[in-house]
Amino acid sequence: MDMPVPSDSVLTRKAAIVARLRRLLPDDAVIDDPAETLAYECDGLTAYRCAPLAVVLPRSTEEVAATLALCHEEGVPVVPRGSGTSLAGGALPTADSVILGVARMNRVLETNYTDRYIRVETGRTNLSVSGSVEADGFFYAPDPSSQLACAIAGNIAMNSGGAHCLKYGVTTNNLLGVTVVLMDGTVIELGGAHMDAGGLDLLGVVCGSEGQLGVVTEAILRILPRPEGARPVLIGFNSNEIAGACVADIIKAGVLPVAIEFMDRPCIRACEDFAHAGYPDCEALLIVEVEGSGAEIDEQLGLIRQIAMRHDPVEFRESGSEEEARKIWLGRKSAFGAMGQINDYMCLDGTIPVSSLPLVLRRIGEMSREFGLDVANVFHAGDGNMHPLILFDANKPGDLETCEALGAEILKLCVEVGGCLTGEHGVGIEKRDLMNVQYSAPDMEAQMRVKDVFDPKWLLNPAKVFPLDASAGRRAG
Amino acid sequence: MKVTSEDELAEIVRGRADGLRIQGGGTRPVGRPALGDVLDVSGLAGIRLYEPGALTLVAGAGTPLAEVEAALAAEGQRLAFEPPDWRGLLGTTGEPTLGGMVAANASGPRRVQAGACRDALLGVRFVDGTGAVVKNGGRVMKNVTGYDLVKLMAGSWGTLGILTEVSLKVLPAPEAVATLVFRGRDHVSSADVFARALGSPYDVTGAARLPENAGEAAETYVRVEGLAGSVAYRAERLAAIFPEIGAPDAILTDPGENARLWRRISDLDVFRGTGADVWRISVRPSDMVAVTERLSGAQIQLDWGGGLIWAGVEPGLDLRARLGVFAGHATLIRASEATRARIAPFQPEPAAIAAISAGLRARFDPRGILNAGLMG
Repeated sequence: MDMPVPSDSVLTRKAAIVARLRRLLPDDAVIDDPAETLAYECDGLTAYRCAPLAVVLPRSTEEVAATLALCHEEGVPVVPRGSGTSLAGGALPTADSVILGVARMNRVLETNYTDRYIRVETGRTNLSVSGSVEADGFFYAPDPSSQLACAIAGNIAMNSGGAHCLKYGVTTNNLLGVTVVLMDGTVIELGGAHMDAGGLDLLGVVCGSEGQLGVVTEAILRILPRPEGARPVLIGFNSNEIAGACVADIIKAGVLPVAIEFMDRPCIRACEDFAHAGYPDCEALLIVEVEGSGAEIDEQLGLIRQIAMRHDPVEFRESGSEEEARKIWLGRKSAFGAMGQINDYMCLDGTIPVSSLPLVLRRIGEMSREFGLDVANVFHAGDGNMHPLILFDANKPGDLETCEALGAEILKLCVEVGGCLTGEHGVGIEKRDLMNVQYSAPDMEAQMRVKDVFDPKWLLNPAKVFPLDASAGRRAG
Repeated sequence: MKVTSEDELAEIVRGRADGLRIQGGGTRPVGRPALGDVLDVSGLAGIRLYEPGALTLVAGAGTPLAEVEAALAAEGQRLAFEPPDWRGLLGTTGEPTLGGMVAANASGPRRVQAGACRDALLGVRFVDGTGAVVKNGGRVMKNVTGYDLVKLMAGSWGTLGILTEVSLKVLPAPEAVATLVFRGRDHVSSADVFARALGSPYDVTGAARLPENAGEAAETYVRVEGLAGSVAYRAERLAAIFPEIGAPDAILTDPGENARLWRRISDLDVFRGTGADVWRISVRPSDMVAVTERLSGAQIQLDWGGGLIWAGVEPGLDLRARLGVFAGHATLIRASEATRARIAPFQPEPAAIAAISAGLRARFDPRGILNAGLMG
């Protein structure tokens, strides 16, 4: 992975820059001891590491603004960081950058049930947002699988999704307003507790901009009344094609489940060995979850059963109790852990049109054999967001490189069939050099113009998202 | 000038020095009157892909909305954001197009539950002010590859680029619908109905109020949609959660009757032919009562659970002066050209945000030829 050569001018001024930061901020907010900054050398994409120049952990929007203004003046790149759970290297530092972590800003500022929103500082974790409104019967819908650890800041930067976005949408559909600090220290507020933009939808473009347009310090999130109940069913099939056809039929029929999860045989096997969820021995599994009152759930599941039966499933398992429901989800939820136990793995995140599912799974199988690495598939089938897990051995020379090459081929396939490189993890550095598979030079130029406006010096989260050659002229300026 | 292909459009824009007024069906003459020749893009038409099983439709920006809605209806699907038709409101006669709908981010009553047009927009192709052809997003439901220019283009009223193709997420049409009707409830009482209904787990898909009109009492509405059994259950449960103000006066379950009612709300029929200027005010729902109190004498329709106020006021009035400071924004949707030239139709933005908006326009349209000045 190519990264730009760090700025000598910044590296040699480290002591002076840190001293200025210390004068500006409380003592414990600035970290520059190499032993301590090492903790920030990577995020969830651990294959790439680089310790930053320094780490700043502010406690308020004002401290964020002061930090950014100083770095802007000094020409120091800034890498914003939430909880550091990015799987795409979105928070990977450069040696000449200051990590600006919002983890200490985690307060709930306002909860409003009349208007159904919550205003939080963005260091707060995703799950604890739902947690703070749960007792009153509400929840925050986007639920990335890292939700116990990941911060709202990162969710906004990457426009995170989750298993339930088929019904509830992703972060951008549940974000009403943000407080953003621009690179020069200017604080702006976009959106609010009202439901749309008065002018250009700047909130819409800030969400998903991977921390390259500004640092989001506060967010107004839409909260929803919790449904009366939810219940999953498990449906097993003898081929991926049939399972894919069943997904399309369920969607066409007018039932809109909150989640449709898909697992293929390698994944089912691994999960079964790991979690003993009692999954049937078959080629493909669907977990379909619906919500509502008991009678409403029965009505929806009745329809889903009718549809599934037309596809001759090897198993249709309803959950008659909380415990049975938990067991149905158990294997799926432990999929990544199960994989991690048997192997190192790389998790891809391409999205495809649902109709291409059988073709793509077949091609992935062929590529897997060609490259000599196993691939297990577990993904959000309702919205086509694939998560192929490529298994490799990090201690075996060349395996990581083979894995990355296979990953790139799979993502190219996703684009080829009309999909995209990343559905919810973001580009970061991981998919940066594949951007031109999906986008032409003018397509990327249009995106980079947006950055020109928000961050004219291109100091925020450098060397991410856009291939280095595409952004070269701008970064140098 | 009428174009029939994206290439031809790009060529025209590249060679153009003067302003262009971009027009699909010409049904939404909104904003500050722009200068220049009309550029008719209704020829960029046709549904290019429709996969009901993937809930996706891709079509040329000039495709008539009616054509799309008919194709969806044939498969039992629809655009969930319930795009409004403003021909009656604005006295226009053309054919609303997908591009115009997206450029206006036109979203009807179901916005409260299903999101706005921008939330259903999966991808765009457009020609920017330099004549470059740009695509962003795609045709899949989850896509975080690069910056989200899709959202930026929705509601940009043709000032950043000329849409040539749009991809939309569509949803199944429900089997059944029911609307609870409360008669003669004022804004305070309606706000209470909205908050309770939208705060319930019954997945309300509409919360609106029509004012008293031609001797008919004002009516406050709450809508649920879904499978038949579910709708019956939810309507019944909802009818019971308003102890202070009593049960609804009626529950409409006839699909045709419901469709007509919500069409009237969505299309703002109440202002049809009244001669009033019509403002659209977006607020935090619980601020609705205080804001409408400053609008005495105005004819007011409420939507989005009170978060969207439509106000018919005397022609030429600068309503923002009357509203004073409030959180949200006010847009002048219907007024004479003279009024729209004098009063900024779009809410003026704070300096730092205005600078960003201006910076984006300057980069996407450096010569200032696309609907120049329309948004201020």
